[in-house]
Amino acid sequence: MSTVTHDHDTAHHGEHHHHAPSGLKRWLYTTNHKDIGTLYLLFALTMFFIGGAMAMVIRAELFQPGLQLVQADFFNQMTTVHGLIMVFGAVMPAFTGLANWLIPMMIGAPDMALPRMNNWSFWILPFAFAILLASLFMEGGGPGFGWTFYAPLSTKYSGDSTALFVFSVHIMGISSIMGAINVIVTIFNLRAPGMTWMKMPLFVWTWLITAFLLIAVMPVLAGTVTMVLTDKYFGTSFFDAAGGGDPVLFQHIFWFFGHPEVYIMILPAFGIISSIVPTFARKPLFGYASMVYATSSIALLSFLVWAHHMFTTGMPVFAELFFMYCTMLIAVPTGVKVFNWVATMWKGAMTFEVPMMFALAFIVLFTIGGFSGLMLAITPADFQYHDTYFVVAHFHYVLVTGAIFSIIAAAYYWLPKWTGHMYDETLGQWHFWCSLISVNMLFFPMHFVGLAGMPRRIPDYALQFADFNAFISIGGFAFGLSQLLFVWVLVKCIKGGEKATDQVWEGAEGLEWTLSSPPPYHSFTTPPEVK
Amino acid sequence: MAKTSRYRCSLLSLLFVEMASAAEMPLNMTQGATDISQQVYDLHMTIFYICCAIGLVVFGAMFWAILHHRKAKGVQPAQFHESTRVEILWTAIPVFILIIMAIPATKTLIAMEDTTDAEVTVLVTGSQWKWHYKYLDYPVEYYSLLATPQKQINNKIAKGENYLLEVDRPLVIPTGKKVRFLTTSDDVIHSWWVPAFAVKKDANPGFINESWAKVNVPGVYRGQCAELCGKDHGFMPVVVVAKEPADFEAWIKEQADIQAKAKAAEQELLAMNMSMDEAMALGEKTYLGYCAACHQAGGGGLPGAFPALKGSKMATTAEGKAAHIDIVLNGKAGTAMQAFGKQLTMQEIAAVITYERNAWDNNTGDLIQAADIHAAKTGKKE
Repeated sequence: MSTVTHDHDTAHHGEHHHHAPSGLKRWLYTTNHKDIGTLYLLFALTMFFIGGAMAMVIRAELFQPGLQLVQADFFNQMTTVHGLIMVFGAVMPAFTGLANWLIPMMIGAPDMALPRMNNWSFWILPFAFAILLASLFMEGGGPGFGWTFYAPLSTKYSGDSTALFVFSVHIMGISSIMGAINVIVTIFNLRAPGMTWMKMPLFVWTWLITAFLLIAVMPVLAGTVTMVLTDKYFGTSFFDAAGGGDPVLFQHIFWFFGHPEVYIMILPAFGIISSIVPTFARKPLFGYASMVYATSSIALLSFLVWAHHMFTTGMPVFAELFFMYCTMLIAVPTGVKVFNWVATMWKGAMTFEVPMMFALAFIVLFTIGGFSGLMLAITPADFQYHDTYFVVAHFHYVLVTGAIFSIIAAAYYWLPKWTGHMYDETLGQWHFWCSLISVNMLFFPMHFVGLAGMPRRIPDYALQFADFNAFISIGGFAFGLSQLLFVWVLVKCIKGGEKATDQVWEGAEGLEWTLSSPPPYHSFTTPPEVK
Repeated sequence: MAKTSRYRCSLLSLLFVEMASAAEMPLNMTQGATDISQQVYDLHMTIFYICCAIGLVVFGAMFWAILHHRKAKGVQPAQFHESTRVEILWTAIPVFILIIMAIPATKTLIAMEDTTDAEVTVLVTGSQWKWHYKYLDYPVEYYSLLATPQKQINNKIAKGENYLLEVDRPLVIPTGKKVRFLTTSDDVIHSWWVPAFAVKKDANPGFINESWAKVNVPGVYRGQCAELCGKDHGFMPVVVVAKEPADFEAWIKEQADIQAKAKAAEQELLAMNMSMDEAMALGEKTYLGYCAACHQAGGGGLPGAFPALKGSKMATTAEGKAAHIDIVLNGKAGTAMQAFGKQLTMQEIAAVITYERNAWDNNTGDLIQAADIHAAKTGKKE
């Protein structure tokens, strides 16, 4: 899409900032976008395994009917903290890490625009999650009211871990807002000469829109948790009918944050897939402009659909109709994206390296998640699906085989650029196929279990669900184990491997591929010119 | 455990891709027992088939490209990358399909939300972790608790056929009549769900929601609480028995008589004294049914969440006695401790307090009688 007039890579190769401290201090004090990107990505990977371990506890308990391993209240803490960690600790930091690494290199900038804030926005995160995880060891256990923390379960009826939960969510929110501000300021100010809005790579576009969503809704989340805190400890009654409040108000506020949050976790994924598919199809992305418009319309619509999470709360029928129609409309721009990706592949010359495999799996499985989303939008049918395993299947298809698969695809795709080494293709293919098979064993049968009537968030179930749950658990353990292969690939690639060329992939286009592999410490010290 | 053979079965069935279990668990949404649930099922299937058709076309094109447009086949990549006509086409066609979907969905939704002209009304109140049913047209109300024994849950004995989906007293409604359910809650949000009626309505504390069902076929319909409501969310099933109208009338009349007699008898019981053994036996039964979920069978509670009764000041000292009776009767505001005064008979409350003051080495020797509870209750009211 863009070409660079002059080459300035090898001159800076291996250059390091001459004031940069070494060892631990390098990582603590770093203001470099690549170091911070690496920190974010490693943090996200760690959290992915911690949250994953909790999922293993959940699946082990659900392997058979009856209570075997854990008690019901600990089970609830596991589902709650698993959700919080995966959303705020794994997916979001992973995307921020990718943004840090890639946005300056994609727009031809030396670094992010606000490097010190960048450092801070990362380094408060470990404290947020240390607080959250520490709450599990409190007397009475950690938060057990679900990651959606509906009042009054999270106010009047929760333990004192709620205070820690609220504080840690505040810190996560501050971190996200700072990260988003940094992305916006960088994209607005540091684009190379000639990189007009409609020449920006789609990853940059989708992240820009995501950053605006973050700034719009993270303060709403902060408001929600603060109201929970004051309801619990300071005698307010926002969510208590006895004091003039309304517990359903909580859900309106929470989902006004929560629905755009869903798109915060998927829009950057669209950007990643839009980068990978053209590379391996050796053909330009089909419908670039329509991709930008589709992403923007999804972002705008995301503010008008929040109550589709609340159809059973007893809304007036006109509100139900409004939210049903708006939700169905989201299928249109999302469909446009999928059609564009397929059209990009059409008449291309495709090869199937690991990033492409994950991208292809993303397109199919995310679309399946989209179909179940469309089914869930139909209010009368939602009364039957709501709060069952059908919903669990739906959001894991969009978040695991959607968001997580895109992050893994991105890691494989840009890893040679970041490390200067090719990853082990055979191991990567093993990782892909093991993940693909196990993730479908894990989440596909959940559709049936949900339709048959199994509610979510229960530690024990009726006997009819036993065989399916045993099967799902086996898929879960296999998926968990498969991710160890990913760690192996990563370690192997960081330590060494076949030398990567600057362009890495035959069909790769964009400014990041004009830099050396690994790229210089300050990506572009003189701005490249984009034609 | 008597489940090894079943266990082996389930492992075997894994090998045969779940064929063995298909007979046990339905693979699809229930068509249910009402006209509405049938409409919902039809809607679900329509959308499902439309999604399948779209999926077939999109994935078909994609896999065709994957098979044919690959570098290994020596093809040269085309360079086309935009077409406004195509973009407009694949924006307009989905909009058209969505309109086709929205029409039946809107019709069904409007029918579901029309709660007028109900012939029977039941107030359904959720609380941690049980349901309370009150017939607004008859003097009948009662609690409905999980009937599955704790030993089955803890894998001490074999699980029964309706494991976790059985209650001591199901809700009974007539067939062929529009029954309106008013749902609310005493504490956190619950959700009253009966799949066969396509009714799932949140029970919000302080607010009342409406839904309805007109059941066509007599039978037993099972469901569960669908909104996370705390520790025992998985253990508060809903069971509804639909009877022919004549049977229903007979049943509700009988219940009204029983409840009226029980109220009268309670006054008589006030004069009767239980022996310590009687009180401890009834107390233990009541404790395990109503108290043990939080305070635990051994009285140890769950530190940080639910206080221990064993060795607690309230349950072991003479000064604590009045407060003990008060908290069981009236609950404690702002906590999960409910007011049991309206859930249990005075005799049961007397027995359970006696039990709590003497079990687990609490050994106060206190024997509370129904008359003491009555005194505390009436004293409160004045």
